[in-house]
Amino acid sequence: MNDTTGPGDDVQLITLDVNGTSHEVITAPRRTLVDVLRHDLRLTGTHVGCEHGICGACTVLVDGLPVRACLMFAAQAEGARITTVESLADPATGELGDLQRAFTAHHGLQCGFCTPGFLMLAQGFLAERPEATKEDIREVVAANLCRCTGYQTIVEAIDACATARRSQRATGAEEESCN
Amino acid sequence: MKPAPFRYHRARDVEGATALLAELSDEAKVIAGGQSLVAMMNFRLARPGHLVDIAGLRELDHLGVEADGGLHIGALTTHHTVETAPADRLGAGYEVIRDAMRWIGHLPIRTRGTVGGSIAHADATAEWCLLAVLLDAELVAHSPRGRRRIPAGEFFFGYYTTALDPDEILLEVVFPRPAPHAALTEFAERRGDFAIVSAAVDLATDGEDVRGGRVALGGVAAMPVRVPEAEAVLAAGGSFRDCAEAAASAVDPPSDAGGSGDYRKHLIRDLIERACEEAMSR
Repeated sequence: MNDTTGPGDDVQLITLDVNGTSHEVITAPRRTLVDVLRHDLRLTGTHVGCEHGICGACTVLVDGLPVRACLMFAAQAEGARITTVESLADPATGELGDLQRAFTAHHGLQCGFCTPGFLMLAQGFLAERPEATKEDIREVVAANLCRCTGYQTIVEAIDACATARRSQRATGAEEESCN
Repeated sequence: MKPAPFRYHRARDVEGATALLAELSDEAKVIAGGQSLVAMMNFRLARPGHLVDIAGLRELDHLGVEADGGLHIGALTTHHTVETAPADRLGAGYEVIRDAMRWIGHLPIRTRGTVGGSIAHADATAEWCLLAVLLDAELVAHSPRGRRRIPAGEFFFGYYTTALDPDEILLEVVFPRPAPHAALTEFAERRGDFAIVSAAVDLATDGEDVRGGRVALGGVAAMPVRVPEAEAVLAAGGSFRDCAEAAASAVDPPSDAGGSGDYRKHLIRDLIERACEEAMSR
């Protein structure tokens, strides 16, 4: 028995693919994905708030789509690609990713507790909907709770990042067609 | 909070899943997307001794119009898959189903939550349950005793209670015919919350004229209900406002933390009229 199990628990071996790395974990089936990420894999960037799917602090990507890591048992995530907030910065230099820099530039956080969840929500959403309007972004961030910012700056940060990515793609496409 | 201990079983096929459920009897719960069940387990409102995970049964993840003309949606299809289904897979006249998805929770709930899970959970305000009742869906279920098709009108028994046996799982939901002039709308205090009242209509039209229609409400009883009194107004050529008024008079909604019965009647009037207008504008 270790800190991941208690009396009455079975344990099982599961393999999780997190940020492109495969991890073997021996844990009880009742461990949620967020608890395994934080306690077993020590990836504490993902936060845990309400533990019933309301606050969104634990949002991660599963096969590219945003999900609540508190509403999923780790065992259910076997075979899926899991992406956490740790993936956003450059692993070699630690330099923040474009979405994170946009949050900084637009003051999209104050206390920062909800921020990993908002980042992963936006990351998954923009990957699927790169053309999203500010109105679309406003609607999607309603999924997560922030008690500091009033959301305005979060919406602006995500919109700025989406706009920058679009213009980058357009420039890339132009360069491609010139070659 | 953390859930109580349980044993986790991963089903490899439908037969295996139902055989295991039969063996474990009422100690087991089926898990698919888990968007209601895991929250209840974290609160220890549910403490199943065993979970049978059916998420690997990919044959239950499908969506399309089949030879019978009906739209067949596999039980493991997520709300998000339906929401983003291309028009040629969804089929003409089924847009009401796709458009209703935006009312279900939020994006990170819709990416995991499944059609079958929502229907089997049978929340009184669930959009899928309301659509099933409105559009005469059939629920295809499987148990060790074989397969059966259950009409939506005979499926929901009350709060979180359905016709499914403990060893039975949903395979798919079949919407038998297109509903080109149908709409679902609802009201909640915040976007993504459980609806206080939800309303859905399916109008029968002849050009610009309404010849009749079906009216259903969620959040006014222990399960979604059709409202024959409101449907009679549509069949008699009455206005949308009169139809909505008839619905508000016909039902006796509960008073609870979501709102009083009178407040719900007020919502019914607005929502049914709005749903009728949306349905006609399709």
